[in-house]
Amino acid sequence: MSEDVRVLIVDDEEPARLLLREILGAQPGVTIVAEADNGFEAVRAASEHQPDVAFLDIEMPKLNGFEVAELLAPEVAVVFVTAYNQWALKAFEIHAADYVLKPYRAERLREALSRARARRVSGGAVPNPGAVSRSARPPGRFAERIVVRDGPKVHVIPVDKVDCLEAQDDYVAVRSDGRKFLKLQTLAALAESLDPARFLRVHRSFVVNLDRLRSIELYAKNSHVALLADGSRIPISREGHGKLKALLEGK
Amino acid sequence: MHPIFARKGRLGPYLAACAPLAAVLMALLARPGALSLEEAAAVSVPMTLLYGFLGLSAWYPARGLPLAGDRLAFLIVTHGVAAVFTSAVWVFAGAGLVRLIALAPGFALLPGRYAGEVPVLFSAGLLLYLLSVALHYVLLAFEAIREAERREAALEILARKAELEALKAQIHPHFLFNSLNSISALVGSDPAKAREMCIGLADFLRQSLSVGERAAIPLSEEIALATSYLDVERARFGRRLAVETDVTPEGGACVVPPLLLQPLVENAVVHGIATLEAGGTVRMQAERTGRRLRIVIENPYDPEAPPKRRGGLGLKIVRDRLSALYGGEALFAARRLDGRHLAILSIPIRADV
Repeated sequence: MSEDVRVLIVDDEEPARLLLREILGAQPGVTIVAEADNGFEAVRAASEHQPDVAFLDIEMPKLNGFEVAELLAPEVAVVFVTAYNQWALKAFEIHAADYVLKPYRAERLREALSRARARRVSGGAVPNPGAVSRSARPPGRFAERIVVRDGPKVHVIPVDKVDCLEAQDDYVAVRSDGRKFLKLQTLAALAESLDPARFLRVHRSFVVNLDRLRSIELYAKNSHVALLADGSRIPISREGHGKLKALLEGK
Repeated sequence: MHPIFARKGRLGPYLAACAPLAAVLMALLARPGALSLEEAAAVSVPMTLLYGFLGLSAWYPARGLPLAGDRLAFLIVTHGVAAVFTSAVWVFAGAGLVRLIALAPGFALLPGRYAGEVPVLFSAGLLLYLLSVALHYVLLAFEAIREAERREAALEILARKAELEALKAQIHPHFLFNSLNSISALVGSDPAKAREMCIGLADFLRQSLSVGERAAIPLSEEIALATSYLDVERARFGRRLAVETDVTPEGGACVVPPLLLQPLVENAVVHGIATLEAGGTVRMQAERTGRRLRIVIENPYDPEAPPKRRGGLGLKIVRDRLSALYGGEALFAARRLDGRHLAILSIPIRADV
């Protein structure tokens, strides 16, 4: 028998959690470590209990299932359990272990569990955070908010409150309201989810919110910096300066 | 642009229709003591043709001054002035034409005789103008009728489409799937509750099917239907969903199109209660004030709820249906106020819808 698997159950409906608990709890080698009825609670429970598999509903208060998946540790195998079939494609894009439609047979859920287990044993494909955040928003629209995990806590930052984004190793620092939030994602992937008419990559390591841009200052010969509304300065590359000029003159 | 020129193939028949007028004009000019037969023929054909074009100008005042208007005096004066002007232009152009014709052998006496006929021609011009105005009014009336028919057909299509959408949306498949999932969950742990939920779901489905076949139902029935929907949802959401109903007896007796409130009540749950951890209360309120019925569906919602894939469709269905059924007489507004969402309807009271 394979080793014990730790399971997190997330659904905002009590009967739905009951059913998951009943079927999964009866499986040998399964420990249900926590249950959550909303997205914030799910992230908190995950950081506290370190589950191996998360069974996630999609439409929930606070954070939707995709936003929760984006904030879970990449090793957690995700199984979506929902009445909606239109997200199946998105779910597989982010390498979810399975996608179960409500209502389901116990057998179907057990199959999802063994897929998630197999994923854990083989190491499986690890979700790509860029793809996950893309799927967290409705198709054809740009992100309206950025979700960031800070230990057990979740910060939801509306994009119009963002001053700029800065690449820092494997993370992106999201600067907003004088604070810095670290998000495990590449700058390119995060920038791609934002409206290009509002956010511009002005430097290899910086993306600026154009609404927060106060002025462009000459820093040295052929070198510029951007002055932001909060008084901070960020570097502008030569290419970034060209893009900014084109954009400002085009307006 | 004048309708004669607006479409190809209309000008020919129109000019052909002028031929009898040319004959009449020729007979008039060739009467004893006036022009010779040849002279009358040479003058009347081109002049009728000319009037054919001049007369078209009556379209502009005719279009600008509908007969139905109450400005009759202004209408008579305008057309009188236009008639005199058109006729004068015509007679004057005729004089020029006659001078050209006089160059041909045998027509030397024409200009003199034409001068004697000016009063006759001027009167004929006035009559022709009146004829032209009358024809244009007939033409405009036909166009108005055709336009009205077209608009009515478009409205009819819109109404049918709105009805169809409303009926299609009456039961959202996800509502069924989620409810069946809850039943599936309760069967093991709480069979009595599972049975109750099955019956609640069946009640709602039966009611919505029977109601959907009728053109109009009393508001009290519509509220009962919404309540049985919310009863099923309450089994899923538990204490998160509370319902309050406040409908006056006079309000409940008014007729409404069936399932009018269904998309709004569903929105209240899906986009309101479901976004809140602690849930809240869906309030349905209705009263009759004079000749109108006012309905308000109110629910709390989370302004910072995660992005949803669908939304606005329910509101669009209600809006389309109301405008198809009541035209501009129905009012519908959706308002957000301190974390509460209000859908407000005001519809005229009728015996049927």
